[in-house]
Amino acid sequence: MTTVIAPVATLLPVFAPAESLLDTGGTVVSLLLKIAFITVMFLVVPLVGGYLEHKGMARLQNRRGPVEAGPAGSLQLVADGIKFIQKEDIIPGAADRKVFAMAPAIGLVATLLSFAVIPLAPGLFALDLELGLFYVLAISSVGVLGIMMAGWASANKFSLIGGLRAAAQLIAYELPLILVAVAVALQAGTLSLVGIVEAQQSSELFGTGISMWYVFPQALGFGIFFLAALAELSRPPFDMPIGDSELVFGYITEYSGIKFAMFLLTEYAGMILMSGLTVVLFLGGWQPLPGLDLPDGALGVLLGAGVTLGKIMLLVFVMIWVRVAYPRLREDQLQRISWTVLVPLSLVNLAVVAVGKVVAG
Amino acid sequence: MTGLDLIFAVVGLITAAAAIKTVTSTNLVHAALFLAVTLAGIAGVFLVLSADFLALVQLVVYVGAVAVLFLFGLMLTRAPIGREALDSDHRGLALGVSGALFVLLSGLIIAAFGDVRVDTVGGPRTADIGLALFRDWVLPFEVLSMLLLAALVGAIVLSRREDGESGEVEDVTRILLADDPDLDGVDDADASADGAAGEVRA
Repeated sequence: MTTVIAPVATLLPVFAPAESLLDTGGTVVSLLLKIAFITVMFLVVPLVGGYLEHKGMARLQNRRGPVEAGPAGSLQLVADGIKFIQKEDIIPGAADRKVFAMAPAIGLVATLLSFAVIPLAPGLFALDLELGLFYVLAISSVGVLGIMMAGWASANKFSLIGGLRAAAQLIAYELPLILVAVAVALQAGTLSLVGIVEAQQSSELFGTGISMWYVFPQALGFGIFFLAALAELSRPPFDMPIGDSELVFGYITEYSGIKFAMFLLTEYAGMILMSGLTVVLFLGGWQPLPGLDLPDGALGVLLGAGVTLGKIMLLVFVMIWVRVAYPRLREDQLQRISWTVLVPLSLVNLAVVAVGKVVAG
Repeated sequence: MTGLDLIFAVVGLITAAAAIKTVTSTNLVHAALFLAVTLAGIAGVFLVLSADFLALVQLVVYVGAVAVLFLFGLMLTRAPIGREALDSDHRGLALGVSGALFVLLSGLIIAAFGDVRVDTVGGPRTADIGLALFRDWVLPFEVLSMLLLAALVGAIVLSRREDGESGEVEDVTRILLADDPDLDGVDDADASADGAAGEVRA
């Protein structure tokens, strides 16, 4: 049997991880550099996204938003963070203390770990795994456990219902998310996120020689991915798990102080992560325009990081825009959209991409 | 003993401890959470053995879906919230059964693979796994997926209401939401076994 597969197996390219710029100096130095990179992506970039949400929402609602803390209110979230740390950490008397305390950390760690494979620019990433895309999807699927733990351990009916809603929602929307991501991996021929960006640089629109990103042939997939990402993050209009008009604040109701801040940070970091993933999968990653390559050297890396972060912030703004513009869905509508619309559509998308891949060679 | 051996031992110990706690916890939800830790620990063992793909599959299927469904089922039905205990009172039996299973399975595995020596621990490439699955083993793979599909359809059939489409009998709900003042009819609809709720409104 091995003699049968041997010739084909050798045809497949051997995966060689791209060289990371952070791999300089000794092992310790490069390790510290990578940790610093992930920390910046996890702590600093979400702050910018949060500021964008404060200001963007305010402007869309004809208000001014934060103005006092820092220039143009830009340090508002830092001030909020300091406030959260100072606040009393309340644990309800009936709560399961250990599970209650561990719950916020699970989602936080899952999101933090996922940032390891998101590439910002050529060479600017912590890891280039052969299974990068699968790694992100697998790690982030664990976060729902933390939400269920929070909902149950709070010993509060609103929290429990919120946790259940979150679990049902996250399971329902994980399916279209993964199916659409599979279609992208199929077209790129790799699961490595760096490889997917590089494949988009060299992909051409139906053999015409016009360079393109995967958002053009897979516009349907892009739409499904963005919707499912919104639902995975429990962002409006999919924020039933914390629907404040019916569930107080869902699974976060009983949380205060630093633990509440951890949930908040997980949400904002999740927005950056999902936007980053969308940029890498569909919007050409660090490429400024389809067919336009970055200059070599340090300038290219800086420019690439700027382009990626710019695209991420653009998507974050769209998420905020959707939050302001649309009312919350109902729970049954949410489930119906996923199972009867998004899942079949993403299967169709996968089939079309697979056929196209074979026909186009 | 290399660093990898050390990590393997630590991950294995955590997994084993969580597995024991899974069957001995007095609280069902704690047991389910320890089960999640056990399953994640097995993913860690795969990772140490450089089976990256398998580790991620383990994580996404067992921790991200199966453990979550366990918890979901528990919380949806009868999980006591907070610190109240829900004890099945079968801890000794569970420990005995799972211990016996462990001895039996590990004995079988040692008997089958005990003398096979693997010197190089380097996982296969993902492409090779794909080729093996969809070229050499495509028939068993498809048969298995048909089996899963059959189980899925079976579950839907079992959980469906007996009188046709599950989405059609909405009138009772609507009456309870006070859209229809004819509340007397609600009891009739509940009482009638065939559930002809459409007639209630008429």
